[in-house]
Amino acid sequence: MDNDKRVYVTPGDIITTGPYRADQNVICQNNKIISTVVGISEIYDNNVKVIPLAGIYIPKVNDLIIGKVISHTSLSWELDINSCYSGFLPAHDVFGRDFSAHSDELSSRLHIGDLVLAKIANFDKNRDPLITIADRDLGKINSGELVEISPSKVPRLIGKRGTMIQTIESATHASIIIGQNGWLIVSCKNQKLLYKTIEAIKMIEIQSHVADLTDKVKSKLETDSGE
Amino acid sequence: MNKLGNMKTNITLLDKDGIRCDGRKIDELRKISLQVGILKNANGSAYIEFGNNKILVGVFGPRDVHPKHLADTNTGILRCRYHMSPFSVSERKNPAPSRREIEISKVIKEALQPSVILNKFPRTVVDVFVEVLQADGGSRCAALNAASVALADAGIPMKDIVSACAVGKVEDNIVLDVNNEEDQAGQADMPVGYMPNLEKITLLQLDGILTPSEYEKCIDVAIQGCKIIYKIQKKALIDKFFKGDIA
Repeated sequence: MDNDKRVYVTPGDIITTGPYRADQNVICQNNKIISTVVGISEIYDNNVKVIPLAGIYIPKVNDLIIGKVISHTSLSWELDINSCYSGFLPAHDVFGRDFSAHSDELSSRLHIGDLVLAKIANFDKNRDPLITIADRDLGKINSGELVEISPSKVPRLIGKRGTMIQTIESATHASIIIGQNGWLIVSCKNQKLLYKTIEAIKMIEIQSHVADLTDKVKSKLETDSGE
Repeated sequence: MNKLGNMKTNITLLDKDGIRCDGRKIDELRKISLQVGILKNANGSAYIEFGNNKILVGVFGPRDVHPKHLADTNTGILRCRYHMSPFSVSERKNPAPSRREIEISKVIKEALQPSVILNKFPRTVVDVFVEVLQADGGSRCAALNAASVALADAGIPMKDIVSACAVGKVEDNIVLDVNNEEDQAGQADMPVGYMPNLEKITLLQLDGILTPSEYEKCIDVAIQGCKIIYKIQKKALIDKFFKGDIA
């Protein structure tokens, strides 16, 4: 059986038939696995999935995201998370359990426009996604450059077992924080390396459908450093 | 159905060799060209030229529902607006939505509804805006073809692409893809929307009179036409997303 078959698909295409498990972006009807989006299909260990090439970010519990503060009430902040829903960050998550709406001022911690590295704590159909920063390394982002890509290209940027992102990081010595919502924070030693990193990221976004992109990115980064 | 212009119809719709007024055979579609992703500010878009129809479709969403009371906590909703530009017909059309446009908006929405999967986007809406720049017969089918690929371009999960074309009865013959003249003077006009992979019909209207056997023949002819259109739709999507390098 061909376990690593990658094919370009459009909605309605029958990817395969037989006893496969329907993973992301596919539906199973009468034993046929049908793609629901435009993307690249992958078959592995009886699972079938499609990596989408278009679409917006839909929050998922435990996703690491980058949000931008857009407003606050006396009890919570509202975050733009590059989705059709806005994130809800309760104040006691930032101030701790002894938060008091009378004595603590929300604007003392996070201002409108601040970027926050956070996690989706809970999300269901009735409410906006609940955001938390109560974990290691989460919280306000103080430095770095915000780069926006299409959320559907995030899996491609990370690559198989993180190979793509490791390639970029090792070539430019950058530190890249990837939010699943398509927002990234790139920190580099100097401007030149920063531009190079952003260029590589944009290249992946544009050419995300191309096969063996990791090698192409690698060779591009190497030729650039040789100049 | 489409009272678009007030042209005189003294032309022969079908001559003795089986050639129609615009030179097509009875089972031939008009010339179709379809482009995907041509509007930058919409999440998904498509432009179709279907004979003399020129139609632009923009898709937005999933996004917040306004007015809020329309939101459904169990699923996303689909909205559609079909609009004809004032310059789309020979005499200026009032840009306010007419009875006909409201009907076609509803018909297109209901034809797309079975294909989209919106239960992953509760409390949101997907808006489909159809703008007819130049109208000819069969604009609802052309609009539906473009709307379906625009939805796919926006990354909305779909069970299948909807393809549509009209069949009609002209001079007692079943003809594929009726144009404006045949629509005005013909005996029947039947637009059909079809999901080619699922083999399901999502749109079926009939204006005129057909016998049961003629009706069955019409369905067969329409499905054949839809299958040809599906290939064009698929090619347009592949051209946009994979820029010609087919694996």
